[in-house]
Amino acid sequence: MKKEINFILNGEKVNLEVAPGEILLEVLRDKLGVKSPKCGCNKGDCGTCTVMLNGKTVRSCLVLAIEVNDQEVVTLEGIMHSGLTPLQESFLKHNSFQCGFCAPGMILSATELLGKNPKPEKREIQEAIAGNLCRCTGYSPVIDAIIDLTN
Amino acid sequence: MEESKYVGKSTVRIDGKAKISGAAKFIEDIDFGADLLYAEVVESKFAHAIINSIDTSEAEKFPGVVKVVTGKEFPYRFGLYMHDRYIFAQDRVRFVGEQIAAVIARTPAAARKAAKLVKVDYTELPNVLNVEDALKKDTFLLHPELGNYQHVPWFFPKPDTNISHLRKVRKGDAEKAFKEADFVFEDTYTVPRYAHCAIEVHGTIGLFDNSERLTVWTASQSPYTQRHLFAEALSPLGLTHKDVRVITPFVGGGFGGKAGVSMEIIGAALATTVKGRPVKVLWSRAQEFYNTYQRQGLTCRIKVGVNKDGKIIAMDNTLYWDAGAYVEYGANVVNAAGLSASGPYNIPNVKIDSYCVYTNLPPGGPYRGFGYSEFLFGLESHMNEIAKNINIDPVQFRRINAIREGDILNYGGKMNPNGLIEAIDKVAEAIDWGKKEYSDDPNKAIGKGIALFWKAPAMPPNASSSAFLKFNEDASLNIMISGMEIGQGLLTVMAQIAAEVLSVPPEKIRVETPDTDRNPYEWQTVASHVTWGCGRAVERAAIDAREQIFDLIERALGKERSSLYLQDECVKSKKDIEFSLPLKDFIINGIMKEDGTYRGGPIIGRGMFMPEFSSALSDPETSQGGKPNVHYTVGASAIKIEIDRQTGKMTIPKAVLAIDVGRALNPNLIKGQITGGLLQGIATVLYEDMRYSDKGKLLNASFSDYKIPTAMDIPAEVVSIIIETPQPDGPSGARGMGEHTMIPAAPMIANAVEDALGIRIKSMPVTAEKIALSMINENIKADIINS
Ligand code: FES
Ligand code: FES
Repeated sequence: MKKEINFILNGEKVNLEVAPGEILLEVLRDKLGVKSPKCGCNKGDCGTCTVMLNGKTVRSCLVLAIEVNDQEVVTLEGIMHSGLTPLQESFLKHNSFQCGFCAPGMILSATELLGKNPKPEKREIQEAIAGNLCRCTGYSPVIDAIIDLTN
Repeated sequence: MEESKYVGKSTVRIDGKAKISGAAKFIEDIDFGADLLYAEVVESKFAHAIINSIDTSEAEKFPGVVKVVTGKEFPYRFGLYMHDRYIFAQDRVRFVGEQIAAVIARTPAAARKAAKLVKVDYTELPNVLNVEDALKKDTFLLHPELGNYQHVPWFFPKPDTNISHLRKVRKGDAEKAFKEADFVFEDTYTVPRYAHCAIEVHGTIGLFDNSERLTVWTASQSPYTQRHLFAEALSPLGLTHKDVRVITPFVGGGFGGKAGVSMEIIGAALATTVKGRPVKVLWSRAQEFYNTYQRQGLTCRIKVGVNKDGKIIAMDNTLYWDAGAYVEYGANVVNAAGLSASGPYNIPNVKIDSYCVYTNLPPGGPYRGFGYSEFLFGLESHMNEIAKNINIDPVQFRRINAIREGDILNYGGKMNPNGLIEAIDKVAEAIDWGKKEYSDDPNKAIGKGIALFWKAPAMPPNASSSAFLKFNEDASLNIMISGMEIGQGLLTVMAQIAAEVLSVPPEKIRVETPDTDRNPYEWQTVASHVTWGCGRAVERAAIDAREQIFDLIERALGKERSSLYLQDECVKSKKDIEFSLPLKDFIINGIMKEDGTYRGGPIIGRGMFMPEFSSALSDPETSQGGKPNVHYTVGASAIKIEIDRQTGKMTIPKAVLAIDVGRALNPNLIKGQITGGLLQGIATVLYEDMRYSDKGKLLNASFSDYKIPTAMDIPAEVVSIIIETPQPDGPSGARGMGEHTMIPAAPMIANAVEDALGIRIKSMPVTAEKIALSMINENIKADIINS
């Protein structure tokens, strides 16, 4: 039994039919063509599927699409309405990403942190991105970029 | 060093914006339209069994299923260095998870459900799950056909055994030297298997269209090698190289795991069975763990003869590699490591035997470091033990024996210019070597460890790279290569190299990921060789374009050719300082003569590089004679740990790594390799290892059970030290350095643990649990002695 859902995606109203078991990550990627959230594990371990649900990061591989009915979803695409954010610029400057596969999720986690706490300590930064696995960078270029921005 | 404008600068990644904006397309981000089919693989339940029959009838009837394919359709052996595997298992399976058949369906769910309906009837065979069993006299043979397998000339399989290759090195006379040595130290060290854990899984989409051309999109480090193997393996279907096209978008991490051909062959083969429709094979995270290449396990028995003055005079290193069910790639790891298993030391008498052993575990293969991480764990641990026993400081001991330019290598060649001594001294200084430190917490001890490293690219002697370079109207450039951007920053560095020659800034240069129809040949992006090899090809393509520009200026404007040079995107002349002609004024449309005719036309450069001095032919009994390695990159690394005496838990206040990169083409990208590689190495010591059941099933095939480090697990401080002793044949003097940053991690931590607590852990990983247990044992021993 398909169900109609309505939600705000990156500032735009969307309306579509989904089956009750459909996962938000798949709906975003395959039905709505929003490709920045990636699938690294499909079971909540890696953080590449991170999106914001009502301003808070969630792992979209663990969220059912029907759960976002009447809610607001923001992906990396949605934070760049006026170009790259200062945080992204800082990431660019610090060579924060290598393959870039973890970047969309990592950027959203860091964005959420800075929204709550504009001057985080190093430890708080580490905690905020601890759910986003990165195999390439050793994390310190990511942390350095965030620290640099807050100074 | 010559003044350079673009090379040597920390140019911001030219692919950075694509990656941080989500614009970068990875394999799964490409749309293939509504007729895309999905394949699910039927996997072996057993580590070793005969397949009696496969019943696909139920699966075929399942709604949405288009086709079920088994090994019957593809009875061809293939492989990279040795043809020892099939696309789908034929009459026998050799590891748990091996592909037996595939179900192609209209939805992933239908494919998944139907795959469960395929019935395979097996007869179990004895499992051979470790090297020891595999080498027993009455062992069961995994590959009775070994003697008939096609392989490269530098492999020496032993038919009627499980030894698929034996690399022997004999330099000087080790036996005699051991007799003469003041001391001989012998020990055994073991290393388990590891997983690459790129965050992106493997995926492949194949399309065999109605014109009978095969296009395969892959997440790969090796588009050309894949094209070659697809064409070769599928040649019985009438496919030739020109009919096969491989397209590789951005790759979400490789580390060797996406080199060669693993699951991609399945997508390529399946496509030929559903003509006209694209078919996708996507690995799950679990499959990523158990059915791609794994880092091989190693048992190494090392014996070293040393004199009182600290000079090593003999080494005997026997390496037994748990290479898994198929060794078409892994045997070359065994080979490369075997050639170099004496480490970065000048040792006159060396004996090495490196055994590639078949086991009923998943196929081993390339992993960042290509065997060097594995043997360095034993070697560099052992070096510390020797130093301790003969009462020489471990740093001093390494200085005494460190290899220097011109020293004779294991196969008879000479060591390239290098700054190993400088690296040792610099890391020792940075870690405050010799200064004993104490923790504020009495329950904790502080220890320091050092390890040296070296590594040569392991590649066939004729591994080559090529590049095309074309100008656009505004004098911006496109460079076409088939080296892969796998995160290391290759695209950026290639742009910098061309920028330097052509005076066009890197921001005006576009370098994209390969498509074998458009981009010229590259062997593979492995072995830390692309900065060097592909870099040389790009440099030559840029020089080719520059020479064409000078030819044209001479021909059309009569300027003296030898006085011309490029600067700020203009052609200038040393003889005529007024003359300055912007490239964009002629680079496509040529130069107009007085009569209105034009000279010139679009400038296109081409370059190629093959290390013509390299050779893999040598005496199989000694390895003397050839020149298998093009050069070694060397360095040193040191670490400071703080460790809890009871729990064995440790933190890392500081890690230092010095590496001789020849010339740092982009220092920021090099630092990225150091911070990333070091953590990947540290993880193999502290957190990771692959665990198998006694039936050969991988027990920890997920990120919840195979823990890779998070941002919480990093060293508090990482110091990167770049040393530049130019590589004479490298682009601007550069050599590769990507893999090297992870390989000293294991022994330096083991050495630091020994320094802190006095216990020597001889098997990886060096977990808190293992340390705590050893401490208990030590205390019991001490109690017995004291009582
Ligand atoms: S894909 Fe969602 S956490 Fe890994
Ligand atoms: S940059 Fe590759 S996973 Fe983070």
